[in-house]
Amino acid sequence: MSEQRIIMEKAQLELTLKRLTHQLIENHHPFCDTCFIGIQPRGVAVSDFVVGYMRQLHPDLKIDYGRLDITFYRDDIRNRIHLPSETVLPFSIENRKVVLIDDVLYTGRTIRAALDALLDNGRPSRVELCVVVDRLYSRQLPIHPDYVGRSIDSIVTQKVKLYWDEHPRVVLYDSL
Amino acid sequence: MQLSTRHLLGIRDLSHTDIETILDTALQFKDVLQRPIKKVPSLRDVTIVNLFYENSTRTRISFEIAEKRLSADIINFSASGSSVSKGETLLDTVNNILSMKVDMVVMRHNATGAPHFLARHIPATIINAGDGINEHPTQALLDAFSIRERLGGLEGRKIAIIGDIMHSRVAMSNIQLLKKMGAEIMVAGPPTLIPKHLQEAFGVRIEYDLQKALQWCDVANVLRIQLERQNQVLFSTLREYSLAYGIHRRLLDSLGREILIMHPGPINRGVELDSDVADSGHSLILEQVENGVAIRMAVLYLLSGKT
Repeated sequence: MSEQRIIMEKAQLELTLKRLTHQLIENHHPFCDTCFIGIQPRGVAVSDFVVGYMRQLHPDLKIDYGRLDITFYRDDIRNRIHLPSETVLPFSIENRKVVLIDDVLYTGRTIRAALDALLDNGRPSRVELCVVVDRLYSRQLPIHPDYVGRSIDSIVTQKVKLYWDEHPRVVLYDSL
Repeated sequence: MQLSTRHLLGIRDLSHTDIETILDTALQFKDVLQRPIKKVPSLRDVTIVNLFYENSTRTRISFEIAEKRLSADIINFSASGSSVSKGETLLDTVNNILSMKVDMVVMRHNATGAPHFLARHIPATIINAGDGINEHPTQALLDAFSIRERLGGLEGRKIAIIGDIMHSRVAMSNIQLLKKMGAEIMVAGPPTLIPKHLQEAFGVRIEYDLQKALQWCDVANVLRIQLERQNQVLFSTLREYSLAYGIHRRLLDSLGREILIMHPGPINRGVELDSDVADSGHSLILEQVENGVAIRMAVLYLLSGKT
């Protein structure tokens, strides 16, 4: 049994994503030496929205956008085999700024794997991290986000999930 | 664990979903193989022994590359030059290797059922790289992957398997896999090299006329004449076989439409395939070899979980 609480509704979530987009634009406009990469599978819904909105605001600019799968770089492979998603990087990341985009930052292990996966595709000049939800005080690795939608306090037994279906929302589950 | 089986002993043990999972995973590994750094750390804590009791070039190199691309530690063992020639039994050999803490065994053996025997007796994960005339599952998987890549899918496709069906583990694995994936299958070759029970057991069509078989199919998977496995005379001479069942340019041109040609290798050039066919744009042969690495990476990866 678990109890659930919606911590971000659709309107709020969209507003937050738009704010994150504006922050990214502020720091990276005109995007010539920056590329945006969504982390598969759950970060991609977020990055699709962010980059889509960015392109809407700057239709004349070329914005490099890719998707990165981290399955083969996970540190828990032996415990459970995960199935991979697609990696799409149709541009070089060599000597460029990369912004990784994910939904929820928790232990930091996904981002550690993403950094390894990224570095196997080239050597970026700088890597930044953008997340919608930052679960504070739960990091197991020294990883820190540069752009945060919402910071929340949560305990280990809780789960936070971002859904991007007909009712986009962020839900916090309490395990009983 | 994602597959329904712990070992890969044959296509027989795989479900439709298992096959889809392996093919989909291989697609991502193929992408890894196109990158400048063609390596992922997934199996860096896994030790694999390649146990080859029978000669092999492609399969062995392909497995070895796949293992290296996955960062596994590997040990190569071939029967010639080992204590097998001093009379050590299969189980003893393997148990000795396993006491050196090996997690997976990739095995080729000339006896049908050898990998099944090992799977019953030792704790490691076994991957069959060809056993006697029984199965060669990774070959069938890479064939299916290559067809799917070129034609978009397997369901309803017409695949003819041509040549020495009786002695071919590739044919056995291919028939079972294609059947599970909903393809239409025909076997073609001289009557002496086609077991009669195939039609009944697997619902495959049987055709003794090469031209008719080629006319029917979308893909022709041409097999090698396995002289080393034949202990009786099943056709008079290689030259006669080649005249009746060899595929050459003129024959393909006469079909009036394009079909794809596959071959698991090694090719007997001028016997079952002429060079101008083997090296043409219709040929998937080198793609098969390339895809073989991705398929073997997928199989090793998917079977590497804790049991």
